[in-house]
This record gives sequence, structure tokens and C-alpha cells, in this order.
Amino acid sequence: MSNTEKKCCCGGNDGKHFAQLDEILVKYQGVKGALIPVLQEAQNAYGYLPKDVVKRIAEKMNIPASQIYGVATFYAQFHLNPRGRNIIRVCQGTACHVRGAKAVLKAIEDQLQIAAGQTTPDLQFTIETVACIGACGLAPVMMINDDTHGRLTPAIVPEILKKYS
Amino acid sequence: MEMVNITIDGKKIQVPKTATVLEAAQSAGITVPTLCYHPELRPEGACRVCMVEVEGARSLVASCVYPVNEGMVVRTSTAAVRDARKTVVELLLANHPQDCLSCQRNLNCELQTIAADLGIRKIRFEGEKKHYPLDANNPSLVRDQDKCILCGRCIRACSERQGVHVYSFVNRGFNTTVSPAFNEGLEEAPCTFCGQCASVCPTAAIVEKDDTAAVWAALSDPKKHVVVQTAPAVRVALGEALGMGPGSIVTGKMVAALRRLGFDRVFDTDFSADLTILEEGNELIERLSHNGKLPMITSCSPGWVNFIEILYPDLLDHLSTAKSPQQMFGALVKTYYAEKTGIDPKDIVSVSIMPCTAKKAEAVRPEMKSSGYQDVDFVLTTRELGRMIREAGLDFEKLAKEEFDAPLGISTGAGVIFGATGGVMEAALRTVAEVVTGKPLDCIDFHGVRGLTGIKEAEVELGDLKVKVAVAHTLANARMLLDKIRAGEADYQFIEVMACPGGCIGGGGQPVPVCADIRQKRVDAIYDCDQCSTLRKSHDNPAVKELYDTWLGKPLGEKSHKLLHTHYHPQERG
Ligand code: SF4
Ligand code: SF4
Ligand code: SF4
Ligand code: FES
Repeated sequence: MSNTEKKCCCGGNDGKHFAQLDEILVKYQGVKGALIPVLQEAQNAYGYLPKDVVKRIAEKMNIPASQIYGVATFYAQFHLNPRGRNIIRVCQGTACHVRGAKAVLKAIEDQLQIAAGQTTPDLQFTIETVACIGACGLAPVMMINDDTHGRLTPAIVPEILKKYS
Repeated sequence: MEMVNITIDGKKIQVPKTATVLEAAQSAGITVPTLCYHPELRPEGACRVCMVEVEGARSLVASCVYPVNEGMVVRTSTAAVRDARKTVVELLLANHPQDCLSCQRNLNCELQTIAADLGIRKIRFEGEKKHYPLDANNPSLVRDQDKCILCGRCIRACSERQGVHVYSFVNRGFNTTVSPAFNEGLEEAPCTFCGQCASVCPTAAIVEKDDTAAVWAALSDPKKHVVVQTAPAVRVALGEALGMGPGSIVTGKMVAALRRLGFDRVFDTDFSADLTILEEGNELIERLSHNGKLPMITSCSPGWVNFIEILYPDLLDHLSTAKSPQQMFGALVKTYYAEKTGIDPKDIVSVSIMPCTAKKAEAVRPEMKSSGYQDVDFVLTTRELGRMIREAGLDFEKLAKEEFDAPLGISTGAGVIFGATGGVMEAALRTVAEVVTGKPLDCIDFHGVRGLTGIKEAEVELGDLKVKVAVAHTLANARMLLDKIRAGEADYQFIEVMACPGGCIGGGGQPVPVCADIRQKRVDAIYDCDQCSTLRKSHDNPAVKELYDTWLGKPLGEKSHKLLHTHYHPQERG
């Protein structure tokens, strides 16, 4: 509850934590409708939108934190949790679904011990689900970063993940 | 005002040019069902249940946001309209728990009423239902998002009326919810527990935390001596929860009902409201004469105290250190009253009936243990008391009036007006004026501080002393005064703030639905109670005099300090 200002994912608050954010905020000072670009630039700077960053944006731009949170959760491009070095996108589209995408997702979740939408504590992997990645011929399919992996079975999941850890 | 002519269901009427179709229909005595619309909040046009047919329009229109224009022809109940409304409600119900029989809002729910009015017998849609954990980690309110129909009224009430901005729409599509930032619980968000969101919520998605079970248990425990205090605003609203009209004064029936429920003593918070006036009034005189922090601001509304602790902690010195009447009462029950009656305070269960959800949180503040025990054990809202009376099967309207018990049930008209905005100020002025001048006032009605204007200002002469006062109700109005103080532009000496619209009579624990009209009737009833009192000044209360003479000493004395005053601390939240 308290002391959230002092916590951050990038190694303690040495007072410089907000330096980048403050530059962004100065740049957009007085600009109308600047919330979205500020959030975009803040996410570029921090990799995601940490709570203390959102709170500081709220304070400096005089916009309620609840409203910023509403905007940040509305657009898929914004992330409120730290993201892993490897982003796994597991397709749950119709073609993949009928070919067992649920079981594949479950295998990945079990292997990494996190749920879809979450990131491993060592920040190695983030699991996301997507509606269709346009590779239905290879169903069930997933992407890890820019690589496509198709014709998946729960059994081959560990082998694939090994390549990225 | 410029008027236009329209025809609505064949009836020709004139309405202001700025009216919406919904307002036009209402003025013609036609009921159009609504859900996201609330007469006191900005219309949003989200739910579409208010659809009507407008001749020439390509599709049905949402009447709550559709403006009238000259010559318009409206039909509010064609087959197409009725069918479209049904579809909307069926879609809502398809994603709703539909457990009305065991729901806290059963028989007092707008969604349920609309479903009944529209004659819904079958829900043609089936689909996944949302499921979220309850938000129940605070003492005041419970949020059940499964029952939320995303009407957005709570968002608007919290932002527009209270200026706190706790909620917004979060996520999108099927996953849309109404939540505080970061999906935190209300206790982590900057929520004041005022309950105004619960007051406007059409369903059971935001309700008061129900503490009736604990009170029933105490009442049936023969070893416990259970006493109850009732806040001023309860007596002018409880009737609404039991089938009586708004503005009914039910003091005597309420006392009778509480005795039937099994309370051993039925006391009145009005007594400690009088006591509050003596402490707070003397504190004001002290601050005025000894260069104390001014303006002094009242501290009896716990939603307001939370607000200033969370959002304006730099101004905490302005708050009167006097406890609220509820907490003064609590501190005295387990000390003064226990001593006088020889009852061991550990066997006393102290219950209060309040118009307020924030009072539940106030009672469990760690510093509210001046008696050595938790001073107030359980706080029930007016709505909860209404439910207990129904559960006990009492025919409320037929109950014969009874009187409060002495001595903590003796009070004056100054105590009862605490229930309306401006009342604490007026009660204080009645006492402070006479203490300062040593002479009785010619007129004790301070009309300048009464009424439902958002912020009232007045200048009062107290002997040679001219005092400028302000009165604010709703937190959005309070914020304006605080910003003035911060900017150094406030030249007031004394400010009263109540968190809720109209003061406690519009509290977050009062019967719903409520609107400006109903609040006005409750206010009128409060001043009627005052007018009918034989004693109308707190310092004339004989029981309060006796308390000081035989036990407490003098206002602001040592014992008062220990039992009747408190301190505040900044709250770091969301
Ligand atoms: S919120 Fe209303 S409609 Fe929903 S279960 Fe409760 S009473 Fe029924
Ligand atoms: S209780 Fe009051 S402050 Fe809290 S969310 Fe509801 S309206 Fe806002
Ligand atoms: S919680 Fe109640 S008021 Fe708020 S959006 Fe849901 S149904 Fe409407
Ligand atoms: S009441 Fe008109 S759109 Fe909801």
C-alpha cells in the first residue's frame, strides 16, 4: 500500500528512476490529448507501465490514476506488468482450438509455472494468447518472439522452450 | 425558456428546447425504463434500455441522450420498442447470476424491477458468464462484479459528485469491468467509504457490508447487555425502507422496533451530537481567541475525514479534534454508562444505526478504543436496520411510538439537525453565540446555512465577534473549499463539511433509490423535528449538563481530551 514509490523493478529507487519519465512529461507539458503518447513513450522507456510510473503520470498530468488505468487496459499495446525477454504467443484461434491449442497452452503454463498473461519471475518468458496469427495450416501454432512453431503437441513444448532459456 | 411542441404517445406537449426525449416523456407522466441514466449524473447512453421510436429516425433512439426538437413525434411503447428493450435486458441477464432470491438487493433492485416490468419470462440468450472475486477487504462496502451491468453510474457518482475518481471502465469487450486503478480493492484505492457509489448502483454490485448477523448474535446472547444509538438522519429515512413515504418521521416507531428486536437500551446519537457541540464549540472559541489554526473544519463525517487524510493531508491541522457523535457516544457507553449502571464494560455490546457506510470503517479505527475496548462494536446502516425489522416480522407502521431511554437518549433540536447539511454549523452557532455573549439569542434559526446549495457562506455576529462561515456537502464541493484554503484564499473561521449530498440524510447507507426530491423531504423532516423539540440548544441539554457536572468536568478538560477528542493521520493510498 505505502512505499510504492520506492519499489521498482529496475533495482531500487536511486532518484533516477523517474528521470526518463520526467523528460517525457516535460516534453508533453500543456499538450492537449497527450496521455496516449506519454504512455507509449513511458512504455518504451521502461518496457512496460509500472504502477509507480502510472501514478506519477496521474499526478503530473492531473488525470485520475483510475482513468489512466482504464485507458492502459483498453488498448492491447499497453502492458502493466513487466514483460519477459521472450514473448510466447499461443494461438487460440478456431483452427488451433480444434487441433488442441488448449492442451498446448496448458503444457506451456505448467512448464513455466505461470498463467497466460503472466511473466516468469526471472523475466525469461511472458505467455500471451492471441486470436489468430494467420498460420492456420500449421495449427496448433505459437510464436516465440519472431519464430513460428507449428504442429505443436504438449510433448514437444519443453524441447522448444529449452532453446530460449 | 424556449419551448418546443412535441407529440408523445399521441399526447401533444410543450417542453423546454433543451430537454431530452426521456425528460419530455417523464413530464408527460410516461415512464420509460432506464438503467444507466441517473437524474443527478451526466447521461451516458450506455445501456439502451430507454429506447423509444422517433418518427423519421432511422432506428430506435436512446431517449436519455436524445434531444427533442420542434414537431417531433415519439412513441414509447410500440411492439418494436418493447421487443428491443426486452432484448437488451435479456442480454444483461444472460451474463448475470440471477440469484435474486438470496441477493442483498432482492425486491429493491432496478434490474429486477425492469425485468419484471418488461414481463421477461424466458432468457433467449445463453453464453459465458463473468466471474470475479468479491472485493470485500474493507469494513464498509462489498463489490460483486458478477452483478455489475456496466452502467457506469458509480464511476460518475464517485467522479462528479465526490471528485474522488476511484473507478473507471477497465479492459474491453467481454472482459470489461468497472474497477479501481490496478484492480485494487477499495481499501487500497483512494476510496473514502462514503458509499455514494452503492447509493446509485442499480443492482447488488456495490452494497454495504452486512453486519446484521453479528448483531443478531449479540441480541440473542443472554450474557450481553446490548445498547444501541441511532443517528439523527435515520429517523427521517427508515420509513422508506419499510414502505412509508419519503420524509416520514418515524422516531418513536424506530425506538419501539429496536426494543422489539431485543436491544436492552435504546439511546440517541443526538445526545452525543449535543456533546459534540459543547466540545467543538469550545474548541472554536479557543482557536479564535488563542490564534489557533483557522478555519476550523468539522470532523463528524468519516467519509470526509478519510477524504482529507487521503487527498489533503497537509490540511489536517484544520480538522476539529472533536470525535464524531458516534465515537463520543461509544467512548461514554463503556465508561460513564458502565460506571453508572455497574455493568462490566466487557459485557456491553455497543451498536449504532447510521445513515453511513463510512461509519463502519470509523468504528474500527485503531484509535477508537478510548474505553479500553472497541468503543462501538457494530455499525448498521439504515438499510440493514430496515432488513432486521422485516426479518423480525414487525408491522412497522402499526407500532406505537416509544421514547428513548434516559440519560443517553435525551437530546435537543440542535442534535437532530446534525442530520442535514448546515446542521452542525447551526447547532454550533446557537451554542457558541450564547457562550461568547453570555446572553440568550433572540433568534436561533440560522437560515443562511440551511438548504441544498452546494456551498453556503454566511457572516455571523457573535457579540463583537464577526465570524465568516462556510458549509459544503459532497466531497466535490469540499474539494473546492480545500483548494481555496491551500491557495490562501479562504477567509473563513469555521467550515462544516459533510461527505454526502444533503448531509447525512443523503448518506451512503440510507434507503435507495434516492434523488434530490426525496432528500429535500428528509431535510424538511429534520427541521420539523428540531422545531418540535422543547429544547433546541445543545448547552441546554440537561443530561449533557449532568454529565459534565458529575463526571466529565468541563469541555476540553482532561477527561474530555482522553475520551472525546482524537487525532488524524495521512493515509497513503492509490
Ligand atoms: S442484483 Fe438484482 S437482478 Fe441481480 S440477483 Fe440481485 S436482485 Fe436479482
Ligand atoms: S465509497 Fe465513495 S469514494 Fe469510495 S468509490 Fe464509492 S463513491 Fe467513491
Ligand atoms: S457497479 Fe453498479 S453502478 Fe457501477 S457500473 Fe456496475 S452496476 Fe453500474
Ligand atoms: S438509460 Fe438511456 S441508455 Fe441507459
